[in-house]
Parts: sequence; C-alpha cells; structure tokens
Amino acid sequence: MKIKEDNYMKWFRLIAFVVILLATVACLFPFLLIISASFTQNEAIIKDGYHLIPTVFSFEGYATVFRFPKQVLTAYGVTTLTTVIGTTLGLFLMTMAGYVLQRKDFKYRNFFSFMIYFTTLFGGGLVPWYILITKYLKLTDKLEVLILPGLMTPFLIILMKNFIRSAVPDEVIESAKIDGANDFTIYSRIVLQLSMPGIATVGLFLALHYWNDWFTSSLFINDTTKYQLQYYLYNVINAMSFIAQMGSGTGVSLGSDMPTESTKMAMSIIVTGPILFLYPFVQRYFVKGLTIGAVKG
Amino acid sequence: MLKKNGVLKELVTNRILFLMLLPALIFFLINSYVPMVGVYYAFTQFDFNTSLFNSKFVGLDNFKFLWQSGVLAKLTLNTVGYNVVFILFGNVLAIALAILLSELRTQWFKKLTQSIMFLPYFVSFVILSVIVYNVFNYESGFLNSTLKSFGYEPLDVYNTPWVWIFLIIIFYLWKNIGYSMVIYLASITGISDEYYEAAKIDGANIFQRIWYITVPMLKTTFVMLLLFALGSIMKGQFDLFYQLIGNNGVLYNTTDILDTYVYRSLKVTFDIGMSTAAGLYQSLFGFVLIMTVNYIIKKINDEYALF
Repeated sequence: MKIKEDNYMKWFRLIAFVVILLATVACLFPFLLIISASFTQNEAIIKDGYHLIPTVFSFEGYATVFRFPKQVLTAYGVTTLTTVIGTTLGLFLMTMAGYVLQRKDFKYRNFFSFMIYFTTLFGGGLVPWYILITKYLKLTDKLEVLILPGLMTPFLIILMKNFIRSAVPDEVIESAKIDGANDFTIYSRIVLQLSMPGIATVGLFLALHYWNDWFTSSLFINDTTKYQLQYYLYNVINAMSFIAQMGSGTGVSLGSDMPTESTKMAMSIIVTGPILFLYPFVQRYFVKGLTIGAVKG
Repeated sequence: MLKKNGVLKELVTNRILFLMLLPALIFFLINSYVPMVGVYYAFTQFDFNTSLFNSKFVGLDNFKFLWQSGVLAKLTLNTVGYNVVFILFGNVLAIALAILLSELRTQWFKKLTQSIMFLPYFVSFVILSVIVYNVFNYESGFLNSTLKSFGYEPLDVYNTPWVWIFLIIIFYLWKNIGYSMVIYLASITGISDEYYEAAKIDGANIFQRIWYITVPMLKTTFVMLLLFALGSIMKGQFDLFYQLIGNNGVLYNTTDILDTYVYRSLKVTFDIGMSTAAGLYQSLFGFVLIMTVNYIIKKINDEYALF
C-alpha cells in the first residue's frame, strides 16, 4: 500500500513541477520580449521583428528617451503626486469609514453599509458621471479629477471593515471608552496601529490603482502636461505625433530619424520600471493581505 | 414623531462616529447617486449646449434603435459570454494551479513561481497592449517572425475577428491567474492536515485526497468569488478589451462589450442619448440579473446569498 502511494506522489509532484514551470515561463515570456526589444536596434526590429534576444543590440531606444526626458518626467511627476495624495487621503477616509461600519454599537451601520454596497449593483453609467464631472463640477484638466473619483471603492471599504473587525477586539474599544477616550481618539491611537497589515494591503491596492490609471486621463485631461504615466505611454505607443513631439522645445528636430519602435519599447520599460523594481518587496504584503482576507472572508 | 427623534438622537449620541463616516457617504452620494439622475438622458436626444431638462424627449427611441439594429443583443452576448468564460476558466485554472503548487515541497521554487505568476496583475493594461502588439503584429511580431523563419506565411491576426475570442481569454488568464491563485492557495493552507492524514491511513492516493478533500473544501471560496464576479457580469474588464482592441472596427463583432461601446459612443461619436441608453440597459440588466440570482441562491442555501 505504502509503496504504491509513493509512486503516485512522485509522478504527481513531477507533473505539478512541469505544469507550474510552464505556467511561470508563460507569465514571464511577454516581459522578456519587451525588454529584448527595448535593447534592439530600430532597423533590426522593423526588418527581423521581435525576438527573445536582440538580433542587433543597441541602446538607441533608451538614448532617445534620455535625450528628451521632459515629457516622461512630467508624467512621472503627475502620477507620483496623484498616487501619494490619493492613497493617503483615500486610506484616511476609508479606514475611518471601515472603523465606523464595524462598530456594533453604531445602529445604522447596516443601512449605510448597504448604501455603499448598492453602488456596485446599480449606477447611472459612464455618461451621466462624465457629464457631472465635466459640466457641473467643472473638473476638466484639473489635477483634482485624477485624485477624487478614485479615492474609495466599496470593495476596499468592505475589506477595510473586515480587517478592522478581526484586528480590534470589542473589549479593547470598550475599555478605552471607559477610560474616557472619544471615538476619534480610539480610532487614531488604537485602531490604526492594530490594523496596520490591513491598512498596508488596502493602501497597496489603492496605490496600484492610481499608478496604473489611464482611464481618468483619457476622459478628462486634454492638457498633455497633466497626463498620467500610463496614458502618456498609451499616446506614445498609439499616436505617431506624440513621439515626434518629444524633442519640441529643445530646438532639435527629430523628423524621421527617430528610432520609433525601439523608443516605444524603451519607454514601456521605463514606465513600468518602478513597478517591476518595487514588486519583490511589495508583493508579499499583497499576498499576506489577500490571504488573510480569503481565509476570514 | 418619536421615530424621527430616535434617528436624530442616535446620530447625535454617536456624532463623532457619524462625522467619521460622513466623507465616505458624501463621496458616494456625489460620485454614484447623483449621476443616477442622469439616466434621464437615455430618453432624450441630447444637445450638449442645453441642460438636462431642456433636451428633446424622445421616449424609448434610443432603446428601439439599439435593439432593432442588433447592437444591444450582440453586446449583451459578448459581455455575458466573455464574463462567464472568464469566471469558469479563471477559477478552474486557478484552483488547479493552486492545488499543484501546494503539493510541491521545494519552498524556494514555490515562492519564486508564485511571485512570477502574480506579476502580470501589477503591470498596466497599456503594457499588455504593447505585449500583444509585439507578439501578433503582422510585419514584425514574434509570431510572424518565427513563422517566416520556418518558411510559413505570416498571419494577419489584427484583421481576423474570431482569433481574438481566444486571445482575449488567454490574456485575461495571463493577467489574473496569479491573483486568484493566491486566494485559493490561502484557502488550501487553511485545510487541516488531519483530514489528509486520516485519508492516507485509509489508503487514499493523491488523486483521491485532492478530489475528496481539497476540492470540496474550496467550494466556499469558489462560490464567494463567483458571487462577487456575478455582480459585475454586465461590466468588467473594460481595460482589457479597450487596450487590446482599441478602435479596430474589424474586430467589434466578436469583441465589443457594453463598456467599450458606451465609452466609444461618448468619446468618439459623442452621442449622449444613445450611450446613456446603453449604459442604463447595462445597469438595469445587471441589477435584475443579480437580484434574480441572489433570490435563487437564497432558496437553495441561505448562507451563500450576497444579501
């Protein structure tokens, strides 16, 4: 009996190993293509196409970007600003909301919870929202429009509520109240510290959303200096004119000498760079947060 | 009269809590509830220069047009169809990978592969569109370069509608599998070892252990994820579709979903009445759908219902 079981196990582990390995390679492969292309000579891309290893090695894509960094640096600035402000403000407001909604002695929490949750079930749709923001709130081309609409989502608020509920025992809140603390003090001194893992997870989700956002820019921003990073990349990839304008203002005319394909690829890597760089450090918090959420959820 | 006093009294007693919740409430009021009034546009022939109530009222004309031209039916089919495939394939694949991964013993390999599989979730969809272009474009894509080097004819993928059904599914999986896998992996580690030990003693082999212990234990997680996904069955994945398909009209028949149609009607043709009508249809249909499903689930097993 035992020997037969061991044989099955060995084969199973082998299959598991191979499948996981293939899946991992499949996930990695697309990135290798872009990286390789970014280091390939433009002519070679056009003539020989995209390969895993550069057919003709060249830095010209990166060189072009670094020669005219103004556009991409501006986009970086905008996105960093919106991400930092948006995440901080959003976290502050959402942790407060989550804390209140999990307080069992807050009588109307179910009503308000449902009010927030209902927005995921039914809505006016894209167009009325668009009209509200452009016509009535007049937020077109303003930085606020990149921050405000993304501050909170029902999913994150519910996630936060669950984190706080499981991290802060009612007794702790009770005894703090007996000691005379008001609700906000309890929140700022006790709840925030105890819920740090949850706050880290929600914060990372929020930051990731802000960093990768291109949709808000596409709808509400016409001023190219206010484009978010991903929308800037989108334009570089899709609008020939965008690339040609990279050198404008510096007195250098690029014309048709520009290594467009290599530059596009180099730009892609430069735009994604920080994510790829920070990823190893950051992913364990995501995993931990999702894990806790999944088990308790 | 007494009831009103009760509400106010409650809020005043807990006024700090209420104040802490207020920003969130105001946010959703402005961002989500106020726009609901705007569905009125769906029944008008909108002119941007006038205000909400000055537009010419045309009743159900917009809906009639959308329905009779077959647009609505096609979009609904695509939207729901893709979502169903995403949910089924995505979860089944994630469960399978999670189970396989959980049985491996080499810790560093497990951690490394899990990290790599989670990575696609973090990059933006714009990067994904670059990837797809790199692989499938006609002149220089990786696929065609490889085909040409073996002497085969290159494939014009960007002009072939039916291929994209598979491509979209594949890339959806590429992007999201790491995320789902993490959740299922977490659930698997939560399963007590005692079950497996007992099964081993009873002589169950690995396949039996997986089928009779692991899979049933994952059912709760699967249903939870399923219900969450159902809520957005009429929306969802806009980024994926728009970044991969963009404005390539050739592919609309097989790949246009409600979200992309509404977005294009807004940005490109600027037909407010029509796009609001499509958006309202989307919200209403989705709402009715989820209410129905929730009702049915409540009848079967009360625990699983969303509310």
